Amino acid sequence: MIFEVLVEVRLRRGIADPQGATIEKALGMLGFADVSNVRAGKSYRFGVQAAGAEEARLAAEDLCRRLLTNPVIEESVITVETPAPHPDRSAGDPTVAGAGLDSRS
Amino acid sequence: MSVVVGVVVFPGSNCEHDAAEALEAAGATPRLVWHTETSLRGVDAVILPGGFAHGDYLRPGALARFSPIMNAVGSFAASGGPVVGICNGFQVLTEARLLPGALQKNSGLTFVCRDAEIQIESDRCVLSGGIAVGTRLRIPINHFEGNYICDEHTLAELESEGRIVARYVVNPNGSVASIAGIANASGNVVGLMPHPERAVNPLTGSTDGLTMLRALVRSCAARVG
Repeated sequence: MIFEVLVEVRLRRGIADPQGATIEKALGMLGFADVSNVRAGKSYRFGVQAAGAEEARLAAEDLCRRLLTNPVIEESVITVETPAPHPDRSAGDPTVAGAGLDSRS
Repeated sequence: MSVVVGVVVFPGSNCEHDAAEALEAAGATPRLVWHTETSLRGVDAVILPGGFAHGDYLRPGALARFSPIMNAVGSFAASGGPVVGICNGFQVLTEARLLPGALQKNSGLTFVCRDAEIQIESDRCVLSGGIAVGTRLRIPINHFEGNYICDEHTLAELESEGRIVARYVVNPNGSVASIAGIANASGNVVGLMPHPERAVNPLTGSTDGLTMLRALVRSCAARVG
């Protein structure tokens, strides 16, 4: 089964985020005075061939640690989506369709 | 016979020829080494030059770390061989975990491109041996992600072990403790954001870079015997 994985990479708490700060300042000038704690980051989407969602999540955690994040300054939030059965296909397990599994690393 | 210094060329490196010319001016023989090579046999030191290795995609240095030559650079460093990363090369060395910490976006989100005054803080590494501590050098900087950061424990270690090689006199990018360059515990792996290879000719304003590159050549000569 191919699981769709979403990885959000952002700076760790306590690491200055000049991009986020600049965006927050601009939002303030636009009149969005109630917005705070803006953090900028990157997101990645990919498919992982795995037997189950947990296996897909472990693979995503491993590749986050080894490539997608620099653990010195960044952290990631991983969301694994169980593939929804395609309407044109009979394969897939409708009982788990759309179930999300979140983890932080 | 003169000291041979390998200059690693990644796709996207852009300071390799400056580095090669500067090394010649400092009395060494440069040798360009393409990133897919797997051996550093015959070189006495290695420079990872500035630029945008692998387009700086993902993060600066993050993909260069996986270039085949980096295994050889790691072994060379482990055996005490002098390895110097300049600018993007410094970023590659931190991503490869050959140096601690990381380089993040400049605090003002400004690309800085100007001469910077740096002060030598330690003479215990291959790029500063024989240069008096406190010496001030005028060396160009040219970077967007040169804001050095590390945890407090690492910073305390760098300070107490004399591994901060140079600090900016005026901090241009938000680097913790105004750090411009650091070394590993043995002093043979050095990362420096400023570009000494661009300060070797009076025509371009300063020859202070030669002071550092000559120190590198001296340390190679001493090591080779």
